[in-house]
Formats: sequence, structure tokens, C-alpha cells
Amino acid sequence: MSGVIEQPRHLCMLSAKQSVVAIERAVPIVHAGPGCSGKLWSGLSFCNGFQGSGYAGGGAVPSTNTGEKEVVFGGEERLRSVIEGALKVMDADLFVVLTGCTSDIVGDDTGQVVREFREQGMPIVYAETGGFKGSSFVGHEALLEAVIAQLLDLAAQERVSNLVNVFASVPYLDPFWSGNLEALRELLAGLGLEANILFGPGSGGIEAWRKIPAASFNLVVSPWVGLKAARILEERYGTPFLHYPVLPIGGTETSRFLATVGAFAGVDRGKTAAFIRKEEKRFYYYLERSADFILEFRYDLPGRFVTVCDSLYALAVSRFLVNDLGLLPGRQFITDQTPTEHRESLRAEFAALSPSVSAQVTFTPDGGEVQRELRATKHHQPPLIIGSTWDKDIAAELKGYQVSLSLPVTDRLVLDRSYVGYRGGLRLAEDFYTAILGSYQ
Amino acid sequence: MATINLTTADVPIRENRLGSVTGYEGSAGELTRRSRDCSLRERERSFTQCATCASVTAICQVAMIQDAAVVNHAPLGCAGDFANFNFINRAGQARRGWRLANAHLLNSNLDEHDIVFGGAERLKVAVREAMTRFAPKAIFVTTSCASGIIGDDVPAICRELEEELGVTVVSISCEGFRSQIWATGFDAAYHAILRRVVKPAVTKRPDLINVINFWGDDIFTALFGRLGLTPNYVVPFTTVAQLERLSEAAATVQICSTLGTYLAAGLEEHFGVAEVKAPSPYGISGTDAWLRELGRVTGKEAEVEALIAEEHGRISAELAELRARLKGIRGFVAAGAVHGHSLVAILGELGMEVAGATVWHHDQRFDHNDPQGDSLQHVVSEYGDVPFSVCNKQSFEMVNLLNRLRPDIFIVRHNGMAVCGAKLGIPTFLMGDEHFGIGYEGLLNYGRKILDSITNPAFVQNLARHTRLPYTEWWLAQQPFSFLGEEA
Repeated sequence: MSGVIEQPRHLCMLSAKQSVVAIERAVPIVHAGPGCSGKLWSGLSFCNGFQGSGYAGGGAVPSTNTGEKEVVFGGEERLRSVIEGALKVMDADLFVVLTGCTSDIVGDDTGQVVREFREQGMPIVYAETGGFKGSSFVGHEALLEAVIAQLLDLAAQERVSNLVNVFASVPYLDPFWSGNLEALRELLAGLGLEANILFGPGSGGIEAWRKIPAASFNLVVSPWVGLKAARILEERYGTPFLHYPVLPIGGTETSRFLATVGAFAGVDRGKTAAFIRKEEKRFYYYLERSADFILEFRYDLPGRFVTVCDSLYALAVSRFLVNDLGLLPGRQFITDQTPTEHRESLRAEFAALSPSVSAQVTFTPDGGEVQRELRATKHHQPPLIIGSTWDKDIAAELKGYQVSLSLPVTDRLVLDRSYVGYRGGLRLAEDFYTAILGSYQ
Repeated sequence: MATINLTTADVPIRENRLGSVTGYEGSAGELTRRSRDCSLRERERSFTQCATCASVTAICQVAMIQDAAVVNHAPLGCAGDFANFNFINRAGQARRGWRLANAHLLNSNLDEHDIVFGGAERLKVAVREAMTRFAPKAIFVTTSCASGIIGDDVPAICRELEEELGVTVVSISCEGFRSQIWATGFDAAYHAILRRVVKPAVTKRPDLINVINFWGDDIFTALFGRLGLTPNYVVPFTTVAQLERLSEAAATVQICSTLGTYLAAGLEEHFGVAEVKAPSPYGISGTDAWLRELGRVTGKEAEVEALIAEEHGRISAELAELRARLKGIRGFVAAGAVHGHSLVAILGELGMEVAGATVWHHDQRFDHNDPQGDSLQHVVSEYGDVPFSVCNKQSFEMVNLLNRLRPDIFIVRHNGMAVCGAKLGIPTFLMGDEHFGIGYEGLLNYGRKILDSITNPAFVQNLARHTRLPYTEWWLAQQPFSFLGEEA
């Protein structure tokens, strides 16, 4: 039994409806209570960098708005009627039915209802995402699995040698997801690879998803989210996958990432090296510019950094701060309810952030526990707390600095900002030190 | 006749209590006529988009009580609105010059195990944790669809924990599936406050006026000060002690009777606090009537008359200018019931043409059951009949309507709806501060705001040129309410 949660940093499985909104010209159909879609939009989009409605999110999401009648007598008829309406009213290439607590508890046969429409040739799939069944991250994985299993033909396609499917940031949940995915696409283009990023502007919508079996490999850039999809694709289409657990931020990690991907994809080593050299030259020009400020600033700069993030950001940001900026880690909190089987490898990653630096991690989704632990920790210098807007109070209490990167982010407007790659590292350095400088002025 | 029954744990939903409906198409005049004998019946839609639920509106009333805590007994997704209420909490603290602090919100995190075996133990853990973490003066436990369907006896658990912890622990029944009228959540929160928090008055304060509101700017201190009265804003940004003494006030006013109908009626019926039953204080005639009723109830008739005369004189020149500049401008209004009526009053008072209005639901009566408080009737009598519909935030209907009517300005009050107008290139604004339009100055505020919005439509025009709405051509060619069924 998991514990209570104060200051939530992710929500429930039905969050997958935001992942659907992130697929171009896709429309979620929520089979749940009247408030579910709105609450999730508020939590994942509005209060997470004010990301907006998107094409068919916000107030436009079709929803059965389960009432007493559906709870007592079942909601299949209502679902059928709402799907029929959605197919006429909504201008879309793909519909994804997602269930909530009400329909999953009363036991509607959602799969059967959706199959009836698919058999008539409608582009519609479904996933069971009742909120009590798991976290937003698990919901996103369920969506990936549903689209792969129900939309894609089992037949193998001719491989496109430089095509690679990318599974990384979870849309909306990561406030910087669209910028990050675009940045990954640009990095891979530097190696001559064509990234199929599946979500966000210019990703190609349903056609991109249909191309998934043609990729020469799948790339998972995350400690654990997306691995399940890669394994399913390996089984279905024999597509190999590369699991690179660290979202590459800054010079050290991005060069390592490019070298690893290049080697896996069989890219000419000289070509990879040339691209890395060119990008590093620019990156280190700017890093050098920061040196006078970082070395000579006469007021406090943070002593230790603390992350209160999902595993994607906790690991990525730690690696960047340790390896590029030479900072030292304090307590690291991972909030994404990482499945048990992935915890050991994450601990190992933190144990070897660099040859000389390691950090201990605590897994907890509960902001109350984070605060308790931070209060009990001795801070010799003001800590830099990298987490969410919830952490403003504890940062103030500890006289530290705070930057919001992780849900909820209600003190920043996020448009296309990305922290991925060489440029992303520079953005992150700017944002950290800007937060610190801002506290003096 | 008793209307507010405080002996039950659950509040009766608005569909049953106030004859509330979510579907109607016609005119404002016809709607008031049909509502007089509560003969209007619900019209259900065969296709719907997401709405809002009572859990949101219940939490919105109790989350900002500064020394209380909220335990949301639900799977984690139901805490999706925590961050928003925390934002509002901090913004409100900043505006008041208070120390910024996170709202005291906890989610019990119901999981698959609890759905099978019941969530009682987990709720107990959560309430005890709330006590340890926040040391609150009261704990409000909000329910969810999941806790409701599995049948957790939340009121009984609250009673047990209240004894154990020695502070008020009270349940708020706000399962989303129980009502399609999300305003039921306001009533549920007020029901809990009336039942378990408010105490009978020991002394009365003849100058104190409860103001039921959300979290708008403080405009009433100055206004009421001129009448020798003091506003007591409730419920957000209060303390538990302040709520315990709601009974001491001379009267209760509300900025919107869709919001406060239950609390105002309950305070009058059970605690002897007079409710000011009048149309909302928007537009000149509405404000006049509202102030006069307040003056009558508090014995300040002379002061009120002086204030009205003075204010009419003060605003007349600018109002005349605004009316001249806004003449012929067509506005469309969409907001929550009475607030929608209030916005129609403002457009009418500014001499604009009301192209149409939509409200998120319609209550055929209020808890006080007094026709003097019929805000829609007031608007129809004062400004004439207008095309009117009831639509629970169905954006496909809104877009269809706006696309046909092409108003010069779209004024909306609910998250996620403004883009409907903006993507059509219609100058649009959402006024978050519900006090912005109140009273005589509020009328001028709105006039200026509308003029500003139509003066530079560059942003919405850019959006209209470069974005697409998610609706088919087929749909935009249909009648806007063609998915609305017959009256039940």
C-alpha cells in the first residue's frame, strides 16, 4: 500500500489523455466522471508551465461525464453515443478512448464498444487508465502500448535504415517535452538519423505512428518510461532498441549520448566525431564565458544541489551539474513512483555520477516526506533545490535557492524551451544562475 | 418552510433541490417564465465534452481557509487541481501582504487494493497525517467518484477521527458522478461549514456583512466604509475562527447567488443572519437595488441613498462617453449562471447589443425562494429579452454559436473556453476577478476593458490565421444545439 501524497508531482493513469493531445490531430475520448479531464488538464498543462489547450485538449475533450445512471446501470451505451458524436463533430485522424475510475470500477466492457467502431474502419483505440491503477507515467506507457497493439499492423514493413523511433519526455507531464523532443530530433539529425518523435509540433501525427515498424531501431532516452514499448516493438517487429537512461543535458552527457547512439546505429565514427567537435566548440565557448561569474561571484553560490524530480530529470540534471558545472549533490529525491525493478539501476547511476561523485537517492512521491528529510539534513551552505513550485516554501525555510523544472510549474511560462543537448545545457545554466542572481536584486 | 436541512451528511444535489438544468436553447425571457413554476426539464446531450465536477468546486471553497486542511479521499488524479488552488492561495496571500505558504492539501492516494478492500484505513492514515503535518484547526475530507462507488463511510470515519484528534473533522460529499451541476460542490462545502463549523452567535456585530465571494480584489472595504459597514469575505482566505463567527454578522451578501445561495440561506435559516435578496450588484439598476436592500436590512437607508446619488453623479460623464464609443458593438457572454446574467446587465447598461448569452447551468429557483432575487428576470425587465442558452461548457456548441454570430467581443468566465473565441479571431477576454465588474466603478471597468480588447485584436487575429479549431466542417454547418435531446 503506497502512502498519502502531499504536493503531488504527477497524477493518475488517465493523464494519458494529455499524451493523446500531444499527437497531432488526435482526440482523446474520456470515459469518466465530468471533472476528470478538466482536473488533469489543470494539473498537467495549465499549472505546468501554462502549456495551453492544444488542438483538442482543454475544454474540447469529448467525455462521457459519467453520472449516477451510468454508475448504477453501466456506461457502455453512453460511451457508444459519445463516440458516435465525436466521430462526426471532431476533426481528427485518431481517436483514443481512455477510461477513468468510474467505468473501470463498474466494469464497462470498453474494449468491446471500441472494437465495434474499429471494425467499421474507424481509427479508434482504447486503454484502461482508471486513476486508481497507477501513475501518470504508467498511463503514458499504457497509451503507447494501446496504439501499438491496436493501430499498427502486425506485418513487418521494409526498414528505413536511418529511421529511429524516440521515446523520451512524457508530453505535458514534462513541461519542456515538446522542446526536448525537437532538440533530440535535431541532435540525431546531426548524426544523419531521422528521429520519429511521435509527439508534438511537426511530429507527423498518425502517419508517424504507422511508420513505427519501419524504424531500424528504437531509442529510449529515460530511466524507465518507454522501455516497455521498446520491448513490445522488439517482440512484434524484431526491432532492436538502445536504452540510454540519461536525458542528455550539456557538453559531457550530450557527447557521450551522440557517441553511444552513433555506434549503435552504425554511423561513421568520423562523422559522429566531427559533429560532436563542432557542437562542443560552441558549447565550451559559452561555458567559458560563465567562468568569471561562477569563480568570482562574491555572494553565495549554492553549496549542494537537491533534486525533487521524476527520475528523468533527477538523473539528467544531476549528471549535468556534476559533470559540466562541477557542483556537488546533496539529497536526491525521485518522485515518479519508479517501479521496483528499475530502482537498482537508478541507484547505480547515482552512485557513479562521475568518477569522484556519487549521491544517495530517496524514492518518494510525497512532498511532505521530502520536506521532513530536508529539514533533518544539515545544510552548510544554501542548497539549490531543483523541483517544482511546491518547493518554494522549503527553499525559503532553508534559505536556499529554487528552480521549478518539474510538475507543477506555476511560476514560469514554458513555450519551446528545451534543456536537451548542448544548447539545453546552456539554457539550464542560465536558468539556475538567473534564479540565484534574481534573489540578490 | 425549512429549506436547508443540516441533519444529513450529504447536501441534496441541485438537480433535485433547485430544479437545475444544463441544456436549454431559447431566450432569457422564456427561460424565466418556464422557471417560475419549476416546469423546465433537463435536455440531455447525446454527445458531450468534458465539464467540471463538484469535487473541484468543493475544494475551491475550503482549500484557502488559512488554518484548515483538506484531505482529498481519492486516487491521485483527483488532486489535479491542487496546484491551481495553491497558485490562487499564494497569489491571494501576496495581495494581502501575508507570508506566502502552500495550501494544506493532502491526497489519500486510493489504489487498486483499496478499491477492492475499501479505503477506510487509508483515509484514517491521511487524516492523522494532515493533523501531524499542518496542525489545522479543522480538517475537511472531500470524497471522490472512487470512494463513493466503493462505499467508504466517510462521515463515520470523520466522526471517529474527530474524537481521536480533538479538532473538527468533517466530510464533504462531492463525488463527481452524483451531479452534472458542478455548483453542487459549493453547496457541499457550505453544508459542511454550516453543519460543523459555524457556531450560534454570542454577540451580534451590526456593522459586519458576510460577503460570499471567491477571491476577488477588496473593493467592499471602501464601499461599505461609506455606509458604516465592514465586509467579512468568505470562504476563501478566512480562518476557522472567522467561520465559526459567521453568525455574528448583520447580513450576508453575495457577489453571485449561483455561488452563495446555499450558505446565505443556511445562515439566515439556522443562525438568524439576514440574507440580502436582490439581483447581483452589476450594472446601475442592479447595484442600486442591491444596495437599497442592504440598506433596508441594516437600517442604513439614508446612507445608501446618499451613496447612490453621489456615485451616479460621479460616473455619469465617463459612462456617457463609454456608451457613445460602445454603441452598436455586439457582445457575447458565457459564464456560470448568475454571473452570466450580471455580464448581460453590464452590456445592456453600456448600451451594447447582446448577440447572445450562455450560462453553464440554470437554477430554476434559489434556496431563499424569493422572486426578488431573480437575477435573470431583473435583466430581462431592465434591458429586454436576449437570445439565451444553457450549456455546461460544451465547447463544440460554443464554437458553432460564435462562428455563426461573429460578435465583436466574447466575454467568458471559465478556464479553457477563451480559446473558442480567440481561434475564431473574436476579441476575447476572461475576467478572473469577479469583483472587477461590481458596482458603479465595475461598470466603467468593463467598458474600458471591452474598448481595450477591441482596439487591438492582433493576438486573436494571429491565432485565427494560423491555428485550426478541432471541429469538422459538417459540424459547423449544423444547428448549434442539434445534439440536445428533448425535455425529459
